[in-house]
Amino acid sequence: MRHFSVTVEDCKPVQLIDDPILMTLRTNDVPPALECRGLSKAYGAGRVLLASLDFALDPGEFVAVMGDSGVGKSTLLNLIAGLDTADSGEVLIDGTSISSLDDDAATRLRRQKLGFVFQAFHILPHLTLVQNVALPLLLNNTAPSRALDLLEAVGLGGRGDDFPRQLSGGELQRVAIARALVHRPTLILADEPTGNLDPDTAHEVLSLFRAEIKANGAAAIMVTHSMAAAASADRILILSEHGLHAGK
Amino acid sequence: MPVNKPVTQSSRRIAGSRLLARWLLGAEWRSHPARAIVAIATIALGVALGYAVQLINSAAFNEFSAAAKSLSGEADLQVRGAQPHFDESWYPRLATEPGVALASPVLDLDVTVPGQSAALKVLGIDVFRASRITPELIGVPSAQRPLDTLSEDAIFLSPAAQQWLHAAPGEHVALRSGTSTVQFRVAGGIVRTRPGQRIAVMDIAAAQWRFGLEGKLSRVDLQLQRGVDRERFKRELQDRLGSQLVIAETRDDENRTDRLSRAYRINMNVLALVALFTGAFLVFSTQALAVVRRRAQFAMLRVLGFTRGQLLRQILMEGALLGVIGSVLGLALGYALSSVALRFFGSDLGGGYFPGVQPHVGFEPLASAVFLALGIGVSVLGSLVPALEAARARPAAALKAGSEEGALARLSTPWPALACIAVAGILTLLPPLFDVPILGYLAVALLLIGGIALMPRCTAIVFTALSRWRTKRSTRATTTLALARLANAPGQASIAMGGVLSSFALIVAMAIMVASFRVSVDEWLTHLLSADLYVRVAPNGDTGGLSPGEQAALAAASGVRNAAFTRTSRLTLDPARPAVALLARDIDAADPGALMQMTGPVLSPSALHDGETPIWVSEAMVDLYRYKLGQRLRLSIGASGGTFVVAGIWRDYVRQTGAIQLRLADYRRLTDDTGATDVAVTIKRGASVESVIASLRKLPFGTAMEFAQPGDIRARTLTIFDRSFAVTYLLEAVAIVIGLFGVAATFSAQTLARAREFGMLRHVGVTRRQVLVILAAEGGMLTALGIAMGFILGWAISLILVFVVNPQSFHWSMSMHIPWSVLSTVALVMLISSCATAVVAGRKAVSLDAVRAVKEDW
Repeated sequence: MRHFSVTVEDCKPVQLIDDPILMTLRTNDVPPALECRGLSKAYGAGRVLLASLDFALDPGEFVAVMGDSGVGKSTLLNLIAGLDTADSGEVLIDGTSISSLDDDAATRLRRQKLGFVFQAFHILPHLTLVQNVALPLLLNNTAPSRALDLLEAVGLGGRGDDFPRQLSGGELQRVAIARALVHRPTLILADEPTGNLDPDTAHEVLSLFRAEIKANGAAAIMVTHSMAAAASADRILILSEHGLHAGK
Repeated sequence: MPVNKPVTQSSRRIAGSRLLARWLLGAEWRSHPARAIVAIATIALGVALGYAVQLINSAAFNEFSAAAKSLSGEADLQVRGAQPHFDESWYPRLATEPGVALASPVLDLDVTVPGQSAALKVLGIDVFRASRITPELIGVPSAQRPLDTLSEDAIFLSPAAQQWLHAAPGEHVALRSGTSTVQFRVAGGIVRTRPGQRIAVMDIAAAQWRFGLEGKLSRVDLQLQRGVDRERFKRELQDRLGSQLVIAETRDDENRTDRLSRAYRINMNVLALVALFTGAFLVFSTQALAVVRRRAQFAMLRVLGFTRGQLLRQILMEGALLGVIGSVLGLALGYALSSVALRFFGSDLGGGYFPGVQPHVGFEPLASAVFLALGIGVSVLGSLVPALEAARARPAAALKAGSEEGALARLSTPWPALACIAVAGILTLLPPLFDVPILGYLAVALLLIGGIALMPRCTAIVFTALSRWRTKRSTRATTTLALARLANAPGQASIAMGGVLSSFALIVAMAIMVASFRVSVDEWLTHLLSADLYVRVAPNGDTGGLSPGEQAALAAASGVRNAAFTRTSRLTLDPARPAVALLARDIDAADPGALMQMTGPVLSPSALHDGETPIWVSEAMVDLYRYKLGQRLRLSIGASGGTFVVAGIWRDYVRQTGAIQLRLADYRRLTDDTGATDVAVTIKRGASVESVIASLRKLPFGTAMEFAQPGDIRARTLTIFDRSFAVTYLLEAVAIVIGLFGVAATFSAQTLARAREFGMLRHVGVTRRQVLVILAAEGGMLTALGIAMGFILGWAISLILVFVVNPQSFHWSMSMHIPWSVLSTVALVMLISSCATAVVAGRKAVSLDAVRAVKEDW
């Protein structure tokens, strides 16, 4: 069992990609699952949200991003997913710069390389569970058979024909996790995945989330307010007005 | 041993997007089947009405046209008189014209049948000539009397005529000639006629004699020698014949038939399409609200990798599928409707344009394809704006709750609406295309679209102002909430109001147009029917008439103070157009307005030169033949013709193909025709109409006359008016019901979609009753605005209908009349039904558990 007693004070400085040793290693190695270079974003009248953010995620690595409300955590996820445009800098997913792609190409990259888990689940209400999980497979023109395997893996085997209205919050989030992983993405983006769940269910879901991303070899970046949730990650990054800093 | 194929990635690839599209569509239709059914039913009804009217019109027109063409047989050309009859001395001249292979003289009469309301077409033919040009129109005598085709008392009737007159071969039929009745023996049938075609043939010499038209012909059918250039021959012959005779071709028959009924058919088709238009709006509101409701779902799909194009295609495909199903059902329903309508209401749907034909509905591939495409087209168009918005939306923003109004923000851009209205204004100034007010109709459609599209902006302006004004005066929560919603979510409010607006605007436009027309006809009748009694000798057909002696006897009858005689005839000015009516009456040239309803200034008798004859022309003559006040022209009235001057333009609601009036004395001087067909009788003071009728009936020719009092004529005319508009009312009613159905569906969908908002209100202490009050207030205020805007829009559309579409269609003008009481009643009904719908839908929405409603995710 993992412990959730981690505090912000325990966090260590972030491992930046401009570390010369790491950069040298990566030059001849597989590309990082995610790489952000000089990412900046401001809103409205010069309200700077993100300023020259640099960081990277190795394949299979699970990182939690914490920070105060309004500091730009969700914006960071949107920039990584290509759902928002950075003022400067670029985001590379599995070595491909999503920032340089047009909307259709970014969408295609997203459907192949990314998986998503949201606080509000966002399970389509009028599709069955297996249809919901199979969505990414169909979008990638792949046979939907793996959807049943993933439902089985998240503990919902035999309930593929149920509708979302028949499920509890924790079960809905399990479906979302299955959907995020079903097409074997390189990177999972999770925005407050336990924000709508009670502590016990949150613990259960996080354990499953971690186990599944590790089993599928995906990297994951999870935005959360919860220290308990963040503790399930391999490392924690703190996003503040001063930038991104390492946690534990 | 079988060799297994290597399973490659590509061979395992499936058409995932197609499967996904099916899943999403199935999920949407499963979750909201009623909305899909309503949209499909609406499209089906719209297509069905349009298709049915098209099939009926087409079947009737084709049959009528075929019947008309069958009278021409194999003739290359037909030489007709400008007036109904011309001297038979022309016949030998035409028969011996170089290039003519065969000439066949014909006397074509619409004969009055005593006791019948319609005339019988009798063709007097030279059987030896006609057997080579119109072989199907030859009488078939019995074997015992082979010479009946030349007999003076024999007549041959088509099967439909035999049935109509209840006269089998060997029996006798009575027909009217002047004020006398002549008897004919039915000698047999006709070689071949169209189903329902009432026609009789007889020997031409016998027809001339029995109907008092000795030496007269109606036309000479010509067959040209091989190798003769028809166009050149026609041109050169026309030059030699002068204006007394006109040369027509077989295709002119079709043109005449087409022109006679074109405006009516097109108007019916357009009216039928109004239902499809309101159906398109319902599809739009259904799709727009569905897109708003599914906004976060679409955003989720976009996040997962659905491209903009895929999303656009998905929504358009959903709309198109509604259109395909609705259209196919509509075609089947339309076919059934047209069969039923033809059986029970006849081919002219009360319009009176296709008498005496029995058409049968047939499958029309082209019309079917057009209506299928129209149904799908309006459905796709209705989905286009919501689809574009959904594809444009930024997924990250759209995932958040409360972004629904943003989806409709583009609707409030006023420029496309203003552009539509401006173009509509320009189109009203343009002339008709192909004699049809196509641009006028386009202007109506654009005005309606522009008006509806302007509503989000109007809603925001009106309710923001109202909200501010109200806030200063009252702090009542329910009113404040209702006004705030209307002011700040004008997009959603406008979609609901669009239904009210389009329905009410159409009601107003049609009601004003019909009321204006009806009141104008009524006033026209009152002006026209100034005598005490009207007598007709030839109520139908052209073989009846009063001789001068009979006219004198009538004028001298007991109780008659004055008898004003009229001679009605026809004049062909263009063989491709129907003949215009020629009315010779006792007109005071200094005051023509006493008899006619003039539309403008008249020419004083002093403006005429010696030898000039004044004529007064109907408005149709101005439109169709470009006649102008004061214009001098030559007309083939009488043998010598003469110079005629247009001395005034009058309103005529009877003859849309044109009419000319001239003084009876002038007509008699020019034509030597001293007969009369109609009489307006003014009775002596103290005498009663009944006593005058009794004294007239005692005259030797009393039984040949029909009597009508002004009140009867007025009532009969207005009954015909109402009957001819009955189908119009029906089509409009369907369109309006569809519109109101759309209002109910939209209110209902919006209210149910706000369950979460109501749940929140319930949490903070708003009672269920207060929620219902809010909904009723919203519905009421929205409908009231919709009605107000609908009235303005409908009034503007009625201006186009009254002053552009009607004059261009039927060539008559009318004055505006607004039926306030009818419109007020409809407005009240709409207001009450909208409030009721909002409340009924609201009861369902507030009946949800408040806690569950707030947690509801989508």
